[in-house]
Amino acid sequence: MKKYTYTEKKDTRSGFGAGLAELGRTNDKVVALCADLTPSLKMGDFIKENPERFFQIGIAEANMMGIAAGLTIGGYIPFTGTFANFSTGRVYDQIRQSIAYSGKNVKICASHAGVTLGEDGATHQILEDIGLMKMLPGMTVINPCDYNQTKAATIAIAEHEGPVYLRFGRPSIPIFTPADQKFEIGKAVMFNEGTDVTIIATGHLVWEAIQAGEALAEKGISAEIINIHTIKPLDEEAILKSVAKTGCVVTCEEHNYLGGLGESVSGLLATKLPAPQEFVATMDTFGESGTPAQLMDKYGLNSAAIIEKVEKVMARK
Amino acid sequence: MSSKQPLNDLVVQVRRDIVRMVHKVNSGHPGGSLGCTEFLVALYNEIMEVKEEFEMDGIGEDLFFLSNGHISPVFYSVLARKGYFPVEELGTFRLINSRLQGHPTTHEGLPGVRIASGSLGQGMSVALGAAQAKKLNKDTHLVYTLHGDGELQEGQNWEAIMYAGAKKVDNLISTIDYNGQQIDGSTKEVLDMGDLRAKFEAFGWDVLDIEKGNDLDAIISGMSEAKAKTGKGKPVCVLLHTVMGHGVDFMMGTHEWHGKAPNDEQLASALAQNAETLGDY
Repeated sequence: MKKYTYTEKKDTRSGFGAGLAELGRTNDKVVALCADLTPSLKMGDFIKENPERFFQIGIAEANMMGIAAGLTIGGYIPFTGTFANFSTGRVYDQIRQSIAYSGKNVKICASHAGVTLGEDGATHQILEDIGLMKMLPGMTVINPCDYNQTKAATIAIAEHEGPVYLRFGRPSIPIFTPADQKFEIGKAVMFNEGTDVTIIATGHLVWEAIQAGEALAEKGISAEIINIHTIKPLDEEAILKSVAKTGCVVTCEEHNYLGGLGESVSGLLATKLPAPQEFVATMDTFGESGTPAQLMDKYGLNSAAIIEKVEKVMARK
Repeated sequence: MSSKQPLNDLVVQVRRDIVRMVHKVNSGHPGGSLGCTEFLVALYNEIMEVKEEFEMDGIGEDLFFLSNGHISPVFYSVLARKGYFPVEELGTFRLINSRLQGHPTTHEGLPGVRIASGSLGQGMSVALGAAQAKKLNKDTHLVYTLHGDGELQEGQNWEAIMYAGAKKVDNLISTIDYNGQQIDGSTKEVLDMGDLRAKFEAFGWDVLDIEKGNDLDAIISGMSEAKAKTGKGKPVCVLLHTVMGHGVDFMMGTHEWHGKAPNDEQLASALAQNAETLGDY
């Protein structure tokens, strides 16, 4: 079993900011838009280096999505930045008609997703955004797991033709993926091979899954840990191969179990390889104020919750 | 013969296309389409500089965005008769497997359409992005839009109107189809928008009225004036005073024909009022 360690913690939104800054230097078609949240989205370096390619929209997210769609018509690759709630729920119809149905090459970059935004509470803690975005035909949905993966994903989506939803967050979490990784949209990443249970995780839950895997190994349970950073298109082959071996699966995400990664996995398994599945996710509830760690604990989104669900799903085999 | 005779002929033919298209599928929006026929005919044939071959990026040509997508019949007819796609294709309007969807879309690859519209209030934002892209590309061509007046009740418009004024997007000419009608009645009854000129001016726009919005000469002279106002630090708004259903007597001036197709008898009457000029599709 591979051991994962880290020397530094950082927020995934900073990975986005670093990736965007790099794109500013390497791709003159990349433009950025923000609805009055540039420090939160870490867009400062891009703005400083490319002021003519940055559009401050003000607190008007609907207008931002439309402007982004229009910029693609002139050949640009717009990256919109605001909180996940205002990137999706607030502007669903604008994304649906002007971006997804119109097939526009817009990158919707969404920070502060999930409960780990913390004290601001449920108004800002969207737990439905993956579902909203994955239901749109043609939309690619990505939820990277640490700073390095977020930076690599940000750079990779500029090369992908078509609308993308890139979801990241606010808390500082361990950096455990390599800085020089190549990010492949739609390709699962194997963190540890195992034989008893498949743990599929996305976003902030990947580090928790790795921790759970180590604890399970001490109990004699061999867990296969797979990171699905691209919820759509789903790497069906990787999931089916793993579940065929282990016979059961636990999916882990900082999102409602309705509409999330787990639901996509269920849909796949139901049609191709029925197997017991348990969900580490929020259970059709809103969040609340608190520290990220308190919220992850209260809503069952940490390694302890994963271990519990692994034991439950293995008993159902 | 007036020098505008070819355009007049085109207007009459487009009116015929509109009523025949909606009649065939017993659905669609003739009222607003007829009200904007002279405007779109003039825009595409006298005002805008467009390339013969359609290219999505529109670099080096003027662009038009239809925000009130439900007037797709007039848009499709004007595009087809401009040569973007075969005129015969108008006969597929709203039919299964057609590129001429009920509301315009890029999804089926119809040349001339650069954005989907139908859900109201989104077109101006898109046009702003396209206008900003033109500035980045050092392309001095203009971006035109058309909106229903009732459509301005959608809040996103006011985000866009505020942005355009504040950011001095002065390569944009947005026209409001000012017919005073919407589905549930007059705009005054449904939700009175007050003084639109004062509102646009307060948001930093240069505004001009075209009082005779169904008169080709008035439209061409008004839009030429609007063009002359671009490039001066302000977006330009044209309040185009139109009559809904213009050119078909029983459809004129009422909201009743917003989204209703004529029956056989009504179609015959509409066609009799607009004798064939350039050939039916």
